[in-house]
Amino acid sequence: MQKVVILGGGVGGTIVANQVARQMGTELKHGDIEITVISESHDHVYQPMFLYLAFDQVVPSEAKKPERDILDRHVKLVEATADRIDRDAKAIVMADGTTIDYDYLVIATGSRPSPEQIDGLPEGGHIFYTEEGAIKLRQALHDFDGGRIVVTVGVPHKCPVAPLEFTFMVQEWAHSRGIGDKTEVVYTYPIGRLHSLEPVAKWAGPVFEERHIESHIFFNPEKVDPTQKTITSLEGETLNYDLLVAIPPHTGQDVIGRSKLGDGGNWVPTNRHTLRMEGSQNIFVLGDATNLPISKAGSTAHFEADIVAANLINLLRGGLGSMQYDGKVFCFIETGMKTATYITFDYTTPPNPPAPTEMIHLYKLAYNRMYWLTPAGLL
Amino acid sequence: MADEVKIVDARGSFCPGPLMELIKGIRQEPVGTVLEVWSSDSGSAKDIPEWVRRAGHELIQNIEEAGIYKVQVKKTR
Ligand SMILES: Cc1cc2nc3c(=O)[nH]c(=O)nc-3n(C[C@H](O)[C@H](O)[C@H](O)COP(=O)(O)OP(=O)(O)OC[C@H]3O[C@@H](n4cnc5c(N)ncnc54)[C@H](O)[C@@H]3O)c2cc1C
Repeated sequence: MQKVVILGGGVGGTIVANQVARQMGTELKHGDIEITVISESHDHVYQPMFLYLAFDQVVPSEAKKPERDILDRHVKLVEATADRIDRDAKAIVMADGTTIDYDYLVIATGSRPSPEQIDGLPEGGHIFYTEEGAIKLRQALHDFDGGRIVVTVGVPHKCPVAPLEFTFMVQEWAHSRGIGDKTEVVYTYPIGRLHSLEPVAKWAGPVFEERHIESHIFFNPEKVDPTQKTITSLEGETLNYDLLVAIPPHTGQDVIGRSKLGDGGNWVPTNRHTLRMEGSQNIFVLGDATNLPISKAGSTAHFEADIVAANLINLLRGGLGSMQYDGKVFCFIETGMKTATYITFDYTTPPNPPAPTEMIHLYKLAYNRMYWLTPAGLL
Repeated sequence: MADEVKIVDARGSFCPGPLMELIKGIRQEPVGTVLEVWSSDSGSAKDIPEWVRRAGHELIQNIEEAGIYKVQVKKTR
């Protein structure tokens, strides 16, 4: 029997498990192969909902479903924390000391926001990248009655459009609450323009001007003083805030560090085309967990999962597993409370977003509800 | 003694892009590390040195080889 273990039951891991299970139903039923997903979270979480949770537009239960309900019933699910990957033994060592053997391993452990990397940020600022953080921010916004909101962005971070989306949304939200006149919105960005994607940066410039959003580029947050309510950048600039909302720097998961498979940030060195871990034939890596220079987004995990699943199926049937990933990414961008646009690009095709429309916004809202068809392998 | 150079392969990176990949590398490596960013975007030859100056690191090399822009930076703080 050939054993496939998928470490991580988020977007990427779940899609791979379901695609392989669906296409290899006969082999699974005959016991020729076994697919196991390991996830420390009972629920599958649709993280984009956290943005709307902060604005009290949805509640946490709308952002999650039990992972078991989404996985094909022939896929085994182990709901527990993995302590480390033992490459020599071809096994996952679980936190309780038990082991799970694999012939093929898919690392899909995602990433985590690390606000602790910035002095004073955990005490002085808010984040909306976790359920707990979004709930705290929801309260802070509810209690906010005007002042200076600073949105700051660390490197690296997942969902590269969320910082801009939050900025536009919070500005509109303040106006809709009747406190627009007494609210200043300030946005900081680590590089020399408003967004890493050039067309998005170009488009955002005039919109910032029109909406009186103040911006500071080349601003990498370094320390926060929660008493003085200031934030200082690595480049030496200091800003005052009344409400600080940070997209903190992210790291790969600790299990990668404990397994000694990652770089200094616990990102797994990955071949950009084969999606195999560098130096390995039987370990695939996808989603936020890789060290690839592409956006950490659910859509990236999805496109990569299609390739990893196809290669696994091919390998399990005796092939070479040689399909290649082209770097494809797709993201919606909310441009306010009522309009949106989208971008798509790959390693060789630059992005070229269409003008924002209400239709795209409505589609994004619909997708937020239809998301569950994606990990199920239907959309 | 020649410093070991860490390659940051950011070719084809439209987002987050070569400069953000460099910032990520600098954040996670110790002081003294030399990083070499590879970029397919000619803009990198300008915007990477500009950030390096503002952030107080050291620009070691800025060259183009067969359409690939290679910028070497030493983390100094
Ligand atoms: C506010 C917000 C908005 C976003 N908006 C968008 C958007 O509009 N579009 C978009 O494409 N993306 C968006 N994203 C990003 C997207 O959610 C992530 O990029 C995506 O979830 C990454 O998928 P993944 O499979 O790599 O990891 P995840 O989905 O994060 O899954 C990781 C899995 O690994 C498991 N795991 C980790 N460590 C262990 C361990 N030691 N043992 C066992 N299990 C473990 C976790 O339990 C989890 O199941 C957004 C994210 C946030 C926070």
